[in-house]
Parts: sequence; structure tokens; C-alpha cells
Amino acid sequence: MLVAKLCGAEPRSIAQLTEGSKLTRQAITKHLRVLESAGIVHGMRRGRENLFALDPEPIQELKGYLDLVAEQWDQALARLKAFVEE
Amino acid sequence: MASDRIEKRIELKAPPSEVWRALTDYREFGQWFRVKLDGPFVLGQVSRGQITYPGYEHVRWEALVEKMEPQRLFSFRWPHPKSFEKSDTPPDYSSEPTTLVEFRLEKTANGTLLVVTESGFDKLPNDRRLEAFRRNDGGWAEQTKNIENHLAQKS
Repeated sequence: MLVAKLCGAEPRSIAQLTEGSKLTRQAITKHLRVLESAGIVHGMRRGRENLFALDPEPIQELKGYLDLVAEQWDQALARLKAFVEE
Repeated sequence: MASDRIEKRIELKAPPSEVWRALTDYREFGQWFRVKLDGPFVLGQVSRGQITYPGYEHVRWEALVEKMEPQRLFSFRWPHPKSFEKSDTPPDYSSEPTTLVEFRLEKTANGTLLVVTESGFDKLPNDRRLEAFRRNDGGWAEQTKNIENHLAQKS
């Protein structure tokens, strides 16, 4: 999968990402642009090539934030339980 | 866990009618949620109040009530953390990102099964202030799964 290929941290070119994939170069480029707009992938130029690398920060941020909200729900629901069961 | 929602299930040893009241009566809700609401929850209207949770007493609470199906479903939308900062401008529900909170009740042999879902996190802006909540754990496999889920919604 596209993102798994980017997980090695080394920036990859579109040609490298297309290798061994059933998707066309066009489709891969389209996916990369979507990922780029989501802030998960960032592109850079190296010589004549466009390279792409994974930026896991936004995902980590969202995941960490969700964990925090989930913890708050655990606490609130524990208080609800105590409230209705007394 | 999916990247855009939280789901919590809790078994309560109380009948659905009592759980429903604890959720939808504004005074009872306030007691366990720790918020002092200005008035009753009204379908389609914004409910406002002040958080009474220690340390957060400066935070205004607001939610737009969406559904109230007695003893089955209670839901509301609320705007997200950037509006926890003291602000004189009330949130604009038509343009600000909100998450949806749903309380679903099911009668069980021992009382009530309550399923709480909060969804819509994928619509929150990628705000660098969320950095404060970053966690360092989570292997690549988990990250990949999160990314795939995120992509499935974007494409």
C-alpha cells in the first residue's frame, strides 16, 4: 500500500512508489496530492525528481487527541454510573 | 480505534427511564457531567452552561441538541476545543467544526446498556495546538492502520 511504502522514512520518488503496484502513475500522483493536502505526506524536489516522504505528526496528533477525549469520556461515564446506581 | 470516532459502552444497573432522565434532565445531567446548565435541553436549540469540573470553571459549555427519542437516543453537537478559550464571540454552528455526541439506550436484563459515540473528529482542523496531546507510543503498524482509515474517508 502506498503509505506502507512511504513508511521507511526515506523520501521516495513517484517511480519508486509505482513499482510493483497495480496503480498507474497518475493514480499514485493523485493519492499523493490527497495525502499532501491532509498534511500526512510532504513533497520535495531533489534534482529533477519530485520526492515524497511521510509526515506522521498529524496522525500522531489526532490519535493522541482522541485518546485524551476517550479518557475524559471514561471518567464522565464513571460518574454517570455512580449517579444512576446509587 | 477508528480515527474519526470514539465509542464507549457501559452497563448501568438502572432502568432506561432513569438513565434517560440522568441524560436529558438538565439538572441531573449537570450533576454527573459537572456542568451548570442555564436551562433545559430543547430539541434544535443551543444549550449553554458553565463547567463545574474543578480547574475548568472558566470554561463555557455549549451544545446544539439534535435528537431526543425517549429512552432510545439523545444526541447533541458541540464545538471543539479552540473555543474552550475564553471568548466573547459565541460559536457559529454553521461554520465551526463540531463533533456529534450520541447516547443510545438499550434495555437489558440488568438495567440499561448505554452506548456513547462521539464522531466527526476528521473534520477538525489540523491545529498545531493539538501538539500538547501528542503521544509517543504506537508502532508503525498502528500508524499505517490509522492512515488507511483516514485515507478511506478522504478519497
